[in-house]
Amino acid sequence: MRGKDKIMNNADKYAIKHFAAEIRITLLEELKARGFGHVGGSLSVCDALAVLYGKVMNYKPNDPKWPDRDKIVCSKGHAGPALYATLALKGFFSMEELKTLNRPATNLPSHCDKNKTPGIDCTTGSLGQGTSQAVGMALGDKLKGRKNRVFLFVGDGEIDEGQVWEAAMFTAAKKVNNLVWLIDDNKKQLDGPTAEILPTFDLRAKFEAFGFDAVRVKGNDVDALYDALTKQATDKPIAIIMDNVKGSGVKAVEETAANHSMTVDAATWDSYIAQVKADLEALEKGKEIA
Amino acid sequence: MAIKVIYNGSPDVKTFKDVLSTMIPKLLDEDPDVIYLDADLMSCIGTAKYAKAHPDRAINCGIAESNMAGIAAGLAAVGFKPICHTFGPFASRRCYDQMYMSGGYAKNDITMIGSDPGICATMNGGTHMPFEDVALYRAMPGSTIVDVTDTAQFNDIFPKLVNRKGIKYLRVNRKANDLVYGEGSEFEIGKGVVLKDGKDITIIAAGYMVGSALKAAEVLKGKGIDAAVIDMFTIKPLDEELVLKFAKQTGAVLVTENHNKIGGLYSAVSECLVANCPVPAGCVAVEDEFGEVGPIDYLAERFGLTPEHIVSEAEKIVARK
Repeated sequence: MRGKDKIMNNADKYAIKHFAAEIRITLLEELKARGFGHVGGSLSVCDALAVLYGKVMNYKPNDPKWPDRDKIVCSKGHAGPALYATLALKGFFSMEELKTLNRPATNLPSHCDKNKTPGIDCTTGSLGQGTSQAVGMALGDKLKGRKNRVFLFVGDGEIDEGQVWEAAMFTAAKKVNNLVWLIDDNKKQLDGPTAEILPTFDLRAKFEAFGFDAVRVKGNDVDALYDALTKQATDKPIAIIMDNVKGSGVKAVEETAANHSMTVDAATWDSYIAQVKADLEALEKGKEIA
Repeated sequence: MAIKVIYNGSPDVKTFKDVLSTMIPKLLDEDPDVIYLDADLMSCIGTAKYAKAHPDRAINCGIAESNMAGIAAGLAAVGFKPICHTFGPFASRRCYDQMYMSGGYAKNDITMIGSDPGICATMNGGTHMPFEDVALYRAMPGSTIVDVTDTAQFNDIFPKLVNRKGIKYLRVNRKANDLVYGEGSEFEIGKGVVLKDGKDITIIAAGYMVGSALKAAEVLKGKGIDAAVIDMFTIKPLDEELVLKFAKQTGAVLVTENHNKIGGLYSAVSECLVANCPVPAGCVAVEDEFGEVGPIDYLAERFGLTPEHIVSEAEKIVARK
């Protein structure tokens, strides 16, 4: 009954938080195996991925091309490693495969590729482009009479791209309300804070002005994410602004200024993993994550 | 029916706008998977009325070509065969990265119509005059590029393009080119058409320039030069077999195109000749410069695309043999 419950009970909430920690650990192990990668923007979508794949989306790991599945478009394609970790944990492919990230002839390239990776629904990497593709996918699914939804991740740096706003305008204007936008407002882009590079101003107000039903939630608040992701859309499509921290869930990464892509030694990756594992243990013992 | 050549120097009885306005709705009605997107230029190709009656089949994206290309890619990803249209510069330059990554790289098949190629942009002027669109699309792996000759050819080729894999870029005038083919002629994408045999030089042309090439061949005949003329409507994949057969047969090649001589049909033919059969060759194409406004006869003269230019260049190439 995925996506049908109005609110999550404590067991659900525990399961989602547990899954989010598992995604983070798996992601960090995946990046450690290669020694470098897009860690900051991958960590900041882990909680949303846990909610989506844990309780909201309909999908079949053994039939990744099932036409009626809920689809995911990670327009901030460099967060691919977080998706790969999630997909492996859900059985789309083996955990062993994660070690091939960015290796020659891999099925797990740095940016999402639907023709290489089971469970990846859209090829992204040139920023902004996932938005229009997601619109086309959602519109097409609707025209084919399918009842699924499409979930679109967009970065707060990515919204510098004009195409994002073309796609946003179309989404609301043509009532493509089976498409849910998730803006990862993690406050940083490659060269520095978005507030310095190109300030976004009020993203919720912007999306509302574009005709969306826009909400702002904490990026790691799984209850609020669940509520927003299961809300029945009216004619207005839903935009969820995730108030987030780049590198979220790993304090040392959060505190690293240039955390878009990081190259660190194995011991440092291990220290990141140890922190998430400690948080997970605390969760398992019924304690609050700090 | 085979190809029927009925060229007599007169313009086509129909405009391309006539056939675009009937063929796009026809394909939409025949195949529920075909879907048509435009960027606020439906009225320019006569499809606005159909779109109003069929808003789920013909979608106006507004003046947002990049978004249109991306939406087309998304529609292709979930089972549609999208046709997009806008003017040539916006169908190529404006949305190139979207056609490249969301389309070609992602294996989402899209048919993109770029109307009014090269000097056919006439009164819209230099800003709207693509001399580089073929060069751009040629560099996209796996793409197909057609520069269509007349409406009979369009009617046969268009459904074949829409049902073909990959990124398909169709250059099409909105007005009439010269009439070359009889209605019902059947063409194969990737196979050039020999319009006239010859033994002294081969003129390879596409689109708007085919009529000029045939006119030039008549003049050359009077000057004792027997020129073959090939309609190379498929610029990519190039019919290399035909190019080499005629290069060997005539020992000289002239390529004429309504496009910059950098990166288009002349480049494609030259690449083929250099590697396989280096004969004297040259082109009648636009030099390394931008377009400008004016009536088409003025522009053909201004950019060196008249039958007289072809005759003059052909004589020079033959003299180099």
